[in-house]
Amino acid sequence: MTDIIKLTAAETAARIASGELTAVEVTEAHLARIEAVDEKVHAFLHVDREGALAQARAVDAKRERGETLGPLAGVPLALKDIFTTKDMPTTVGSKILEGWLPPYDATLTRRLRDADVVILGKTNMDEFAMGSSTENSAYGPTGNPWDLTRIPGGSGGGSSAALASFQAPLAIGTDTGGSIRQPAAVTGTVGVKPTYGGVSRYGMVAFSSSLDQGGPCARTVLDAALLHEAIAGHDPLDSTSIDAPVPPVVEAARNGSVAGMRVGVIKQFRGEGYQAGVVQRFDESVGLLKELGAEIVELDCPSFDLALSAYYLIAPSECSSNLARFDGLRYGLRTGDDGSRSAEDVTALTREAGFGDEVKRRIMLGTYALSSGYYDAYYGSAQKVRTLITRDFEKAFEQVDVIVSPTTPTTAFPIGERADDPMAMYLADLCTIPTNLAGNAAMSLPCGLAPEDGLPVGLQIIAPALKDDRLYKVGAAVEAAFLAKWGHPLLEEAPSL
Amino acid sequence: MTVITELVPFDEALAAYDPVMGLEVHVELGTATKMFCGCSTELGADPNTQTCPVCLGLPGALPVVNATGVESAIKIGLALHCEIAEWCRFARKNYFYPDMPKNFQTSQYDEPIAFNGYLDVQLEDGEVFRVEIERAHMEEDTGKSTHVGGATGRIHGASHSLLDYNRAGIPLIEIVTKPITGAGSRAPEVAKAYVAELRELIRALGVSEARMEMGQMRCDVNLSLRPHGTEKFGTRSETKNVNSLRSVERAVRYEIGRHAGVLNAGGTIIQETRHFHEDDGSTTSGRVKEEAEDYRYFPEPDLVPVAPSRAWVEELRGTLPELPRVRRNRLREEWGVTELDMQSILNAGAVDLITATTEAGAPADQARKWWMGELARNANESGRPLDALPITPAQVARVSELVAAGDLNDKLARQVIEGVLAGEGDPDTVVEKRGLKVVSDEGALGAAVDEAIAGNAAIADKIRGGKVAAAGALVGAVMKATRGQADAARVRELILERLGVEG
Repeated sequence: MTDIIKLTAAETAARIASGELTAVEVTEAHLARIEAVDEKVHAFLHVDREGALAQARAVDAKRERGETLGPLAGVPLALKDIFTTKDMPTTVGSKILEGWLPPYDATLTRRLRDADVVILGKTNMDEFAMGSSTENSAYGPTGNPWDLTRIPGGSGGGSSAALASFQAPLAIGTDTGGSIRQPAAVTGTVGVKPTYGGVSRYGMVAFSSSLDQGGPCARTVLDAALLHEAIAGHDPLDSTSIDAPVPPVVEAARNGSVAGMRVGVIKQFRGEGYQAGVVQRFDESVGLLKELGAEIVELDCPSFDLALSAYYLIAPSECSSNLARFDGLRYGLRTGDDGSRSAEDVTALTREAGFGDEVKRRIMLGTYALSSGYYDAYYGSAQKVRTLITRDFEKAFEQVDVIVSPTTPTTAFPIGERADDPMAMYLADLCTIPTNLAGNAAMSLPCGLAPEDGLPVGLQIIAPALKDDRLYKVGAAVEAAFLAKWGHPLLEEAPSL
Repeated sequence: MTVITELVPFDEALAAYDPVMGLEVHVELGTATKMFCGCSTELGADPNTQTCPVCLGLPGALPVVNATGVESAIKIGLALHCEIAEWCRFARKNYFYPDMPKNFQTSQYDEPIAFNGYLDVQLEDGEVFRVEIERAHMEEDTGKSTHVGGATGRIHGASHSLLDYNRAGIPLIEIVTKPITGAGSRAPEVAKAYVAELRELIRALGVSEARMEMGQMRCDVNLSLRPHGTEKFGTRSETKNVNSLRSVERAVRYEIGRHAGVLNAGGTIIQETRHFHEDDGSTTSGRVKEEAEDYRYFPEPDLVPVAPSRAWVEELRGTLPELPRVRRNRLREEWGVTELDMQSILNAGAVDLITATTEAGAPADQARKWWMGELARNANESGRPLDALPITPAQVARVSELVAAGDLNDKLARQVIEGVLAGEGDPDTVVEKRGLKVVSDEGALGAAVDEAIAGNAAIADKIRGGKVAAAGALVGAVMKATRGQADAARVRELILERLGVEG
């Protein structure tokens, strides 16, 4: 059984297709693993044992009938609890949606089902995807499998922890400011934020509509590519979805190479606040890229210094509007409706009880930033910064094919350490936010352990919009080189739980 | 603390003040589906049966713009002589209300699809007044709340409310005028004429039936007064949901009197929304806007900008029908009728029917005579609108043709019409079945004439003696003998001929 859960998704699918393993066996192995370790890790908010086994049986039946199986058929997956599922509650990590069973499947959910992926359950997250540690979940924090007293990143900490603790070989995340990449970085896994519009947002509960992007999480670059291909593509139900062919990500992941590529290093992404071990591993990665035949180019992106400020105006502004619908009238939590109170009072009581502190903080920030008289100074200025950041990226990509940086300035910090210091928490997304603001694509993959704490460090690769395949081409090359250097996947060094 | 002020008589108010109006009209488009989802817009369905995750604003759902809605908006903009934006966005208007599922309305703010236009409206005496248009923008309707358990049906005093989201997301176009100044004592008439003209226009464009009684067209009346000779606008009141032409006129009239009363008493007008009461034509205070409501508008991030190509806009311009007022004036001239006649044709709903009848070949005076005479009477008696009568303009034109050819006289023609209305078939069939043809057989007619002369020798002598007017009696006798199926003019000719008298 242990062997099954350590397999890559690609290998699992191949063995199911060949009949060496059944999808039911694979699913049962993962359900057993969840049973064994998730009490400690708390990656899942909901495990759908019956649904997963039914899906697995359907895959096995298909194979028995001689039908051709898709590249991920029968592979288990952990779904972030932000995508609607008809057969499982969708809480977004919030009390305000506790027990809400959506009447519809998200486009991404439907695509996973169509690809015969086995959805094991829904993973924990910071409430409404607001956070970098998963501590803002209304259902309690998730532990980092490398050290259960530390955060697994956020907001998609449940998904990254599920991967790192071998509870699933695939997971789905969403990335508004780094919520796929930063958890990947601190758990030694791979996470990709596709180009904005690459993966449908229909059925993905909105935090900040112009920044939110769903994407694949896995333990290898190829697995992420296979998942990317399964979930990406135009969706007529999402107006912002890109109506163009999905970049050839799987092909790129199978043909990793950086020879002759120009790789940019941004000078703004180092200095104060960066942990020494993170900088060390990052510099080694740059050296490795050079060895592999890449040309390194130093880049200056001055507007990136303003990215965090702009983000914390735009994202809360959009969230203040997106979250207005949670009023206790139609679905989810309703508090204080004793027949004596007005709808307005019940709404106020519901929101008071149903939203956590960080969500309230951002709703207030956003409401203020959009207020008449402040709009130009806050939301308006932030949009201008956003344009500047996009221009900086455009200029940079005239000189280079991809950009690399540390994914996050530090390794996983202890649970509770930054819980009362929002600003410190926000800094975790320093290197990831510019990509969300510009809408282009980025990946985080492991580049070693920080010597001082033995915790994973993430390397971020950033590509221009619509060139998501470059992430996989470079990522696969870097991954192969590290594997050769270490002699085994980094996760082998994680405690066995 | 409600201050009751005396209404100032209209003329007195106008002697002291100059009214400034602003009219905001919401038109529900007649698209088959809602503005941002595929749900039906059909009226009359059971509550909450025409809803989906999108128009219910469920978590995760996203809007997609209805292209027909955009097309209708552009047509309205063009017909109002507006500029059409080359690029515009939707915006979120944020406020909490239970009948709005997302607690924001997807609307347009500083980038409307159409702006800077005008609509010329004709007053009853024929004077044309130009109403300038600020903008026309796209948005979605809200759901409907029914407040239960209170005396008034308003939320105040109700024990609970029922929500129906079938209407939520139905496309609306909001058309906003620039401040209407210079109307003076004709302000109520201008307001009414503007809404009437806009309604005709919307119907002519085929983008909505614009039935005010069904809420497909709703009007908010903003009004303020300023003392004569001053430039600065006074504080305005906003009277919401004034939903008939007559009410628009009354609301303006009432508010002029009310404002003048407050101002004359040295008071100040409070900027507030007001409710209009159909029963007595009064308005009462709604909620006071202590400060301008802050809707925290920002561009809707879930939708991509709307960028109608110039080619498309021009193509749509090419499909625009003649403006109702222009068409009315053209027809009036073509038909040679007075302003007053035209007004009664309009009121009878006969413009299109008469037009179609002339297009089918009838002379305008004949078409008008039938529709405004015999047929209008029949419609009136049977309590049906004119266009619901079971007769087509082509059939009326055929009757007119038969009369012109001398095959029918007026009396017979009326019988043919009666037969068509009774479902006996088209005019030719009725003529045949009822045997209604004019007797034009000269032989048969000649015999009848001879018989009449022989039977009325005294009268015949009078005629021979030069009393031509006496021929009428003989014509009558011939008509009687032929059961009315003779051409009276020909009969007269024959009689005079036989008696050797010059007609």
